[in-house]
Amino acid sequence: MIRAALLFLLLALPATAEEVVAGLSQNRISITTSFDGSEILVFGAVKREAPIPQDGPLHVIVTVSGPSEPVTVRRKERRFGIWVNTDAVEVDAAPTFYAVATSGPWTEVIRDVEDLRHKVSIPRAIRSVGLGVTGGEDFVEALIRIRTREDRYQLRMGDVQVSEATLFRTSVALPANLTEGDYVARFFLTRDGRVLDLHETVIDVRKVGLERFLFTLAHDQPLVYGLMSLAIAIAAGWGASAAFRFIRF
Amino acid sequence: MQIYLPIAEVSVNAFLLLGLGGLVGVLSGMFGVGGGFLMTPLLFFIGIPPAVAVATEANQIVASSFSGVLAHLRRKTVDLKMGTVLLVGGLIGAALGVQIFNYLRGLGQVDLLVRLSYVVFLGIIGSLMFVESLRAIRKARAGTPPQRRKHGLVHALPFKTRFRTSGLYISVIPPLLIGVAVGILAAIMGVGGGFIMVPAMIYLLGMPTKVVVGTSLFQIIFVTGFTTLLHATTNFTVDVVLAVLLLIGGVVGAQIGTRIGTRMKAEQLRILLAIMVLAVCGRLALDLLLEPSELYSLGGGGHG
Repeated sequence: MIRAALLFLLLALPATAEEVVAGLSQNRISITTSFDGSEILVFGAVKREAPIPQDGPLHVIVTVSGPSEPVTVRRKERRFGIWVNTDAVEVDAAPTFYAVATSGPWTEVIRDVEDLRHKVSIPRAIRSVGLGVTGGEDFVEALIRIRTREDRYQLRMGDVQVSEATLFRTSVALPANLTEGDYVARFFLTRDGRVLDLHETVIDVRKVGLERFLFTLAHDQPLVYGLMSLAIAIAAGWGASAAFRFIRF
Repeated sequence: MQIYLPIAEVSVNAFLLLGLGGLVGVLSGMFGVGGGFLMTPLLFFIGIPPAVAVATEANQIVASSFSGVLAHLRRKTVDLKMGTVLLVGGLIGAALGVQIFNYLRGLGQVDLLVRLSYVVFLGIIGSLMFVESLRAIRKARAGTPPQRRKHGLVHALPFKTRFRTSGLYISVIPPLLIGVAVGILAAIMGVGGGFIMVPAMIYLLGMPTKVVVGTSLFQIIFVTGFTTLLHATTNFTVDVVLAVLLLIGGVVGAQIGTRIGTRMKAEQLRILLAIMVLAVCGRLALDLLLEPSELYSLGGGGHG
């Protein structure tokens, strides 16, 4: 029994012989009033105890995903001469931000089975079970198309630079319209399309200072916040009126 | 200069917002409209989420209307008594409107309803005003003296009161009903309702144009203030940073607009408002009629 286990361990060992070690230029992004997007530098190395294996090229995939939220996708159709929303599909969970960077063409870096297991590609990262409507894929495609246009979804093949089959680096641009939350960065090490190792780390995206204060106030003390907004409005209206009277007379 | 909005969660150019606020503020001061029917679509266009745009716009209208009303108060062109009657109706109407809105949301298609009511109301009001003011201008050119106001249904109803500022002696029922109707529409369409209120006061109540603007602004302050609080407490969608940027531009614009407005002839003012209303109406109608470039749209989860 022990011998069998040892044998199994020995057989399993080569799969983890290469490990990924990675770091980010920043683990924390503060959304301040002047926040205008951010760029994260991702770098890492492949750790191995044996010489570099020769079976198939080594590839690295880096993904960064924001918090997931349900999304309703609606489709317009012409009815009685005007365009109205007809069909709607509820997508259970779609990341608010998702970037994938690879070191090569998609078909070479990862197999479909591995993609399915780890949910690496953009369509797989969106959870949409039981869409109900026929042609539900069209809705998911539309979701990806719209978010790609907004830079929320990014697929950048060949953007990870691997040198000497050991060191790798890339950068991920986060857009200005960022949602608060824990962003998960994943690093996949693949060879022959099989995932050898996976490393995960969290980027903390938080509002700070005035942004934080207003957001908390709006959700915890909505009445106070509403009255404050009104007070500011009235004060500004009066202030402008008074200032103009002063200038004119 | 880019600025990140805490509630809307988008980054936008601060000067763009100041400019938009200023432009809409000028129109607001000139015509006594809150400007919501112009600003809300503009905010959608620059990428503010619709729920935030509608709620924040209400807050901004409070500021520009308040600024405008002070200027009008100094000129004694606000009929406070009439304004109060309209306001009472308006608040009742707004409460009713919210109920109708929720009921229609249950049926779906509230989006379409809002757009259609914009097109229909803006179209009717715009064309009526346009034709009427064109006729008035032609008459003024011809040199015929302005017609005396006719005694219609407005004068035949009970509960007659004297509205001194407006120079009217009419029943309180018509203004109250107008208030209710405008309140309902305001709640459904997410605007102050000035663009409906102003023509209603001119053509249905026969109030002088100069008084109409100030009175409409006076009433709008309270209705939009009420709406702001409602949005802030139920949907958490009032973005105070966005509101501040819009209203800095807005209050200055409103002051300038009020001064332009008092120097212009009433007919000119009305024809300009009519053209503007028709332009917005046409734009919205085109959206409904032409095939959109993107047939799909995204919405938050949870509501169909």
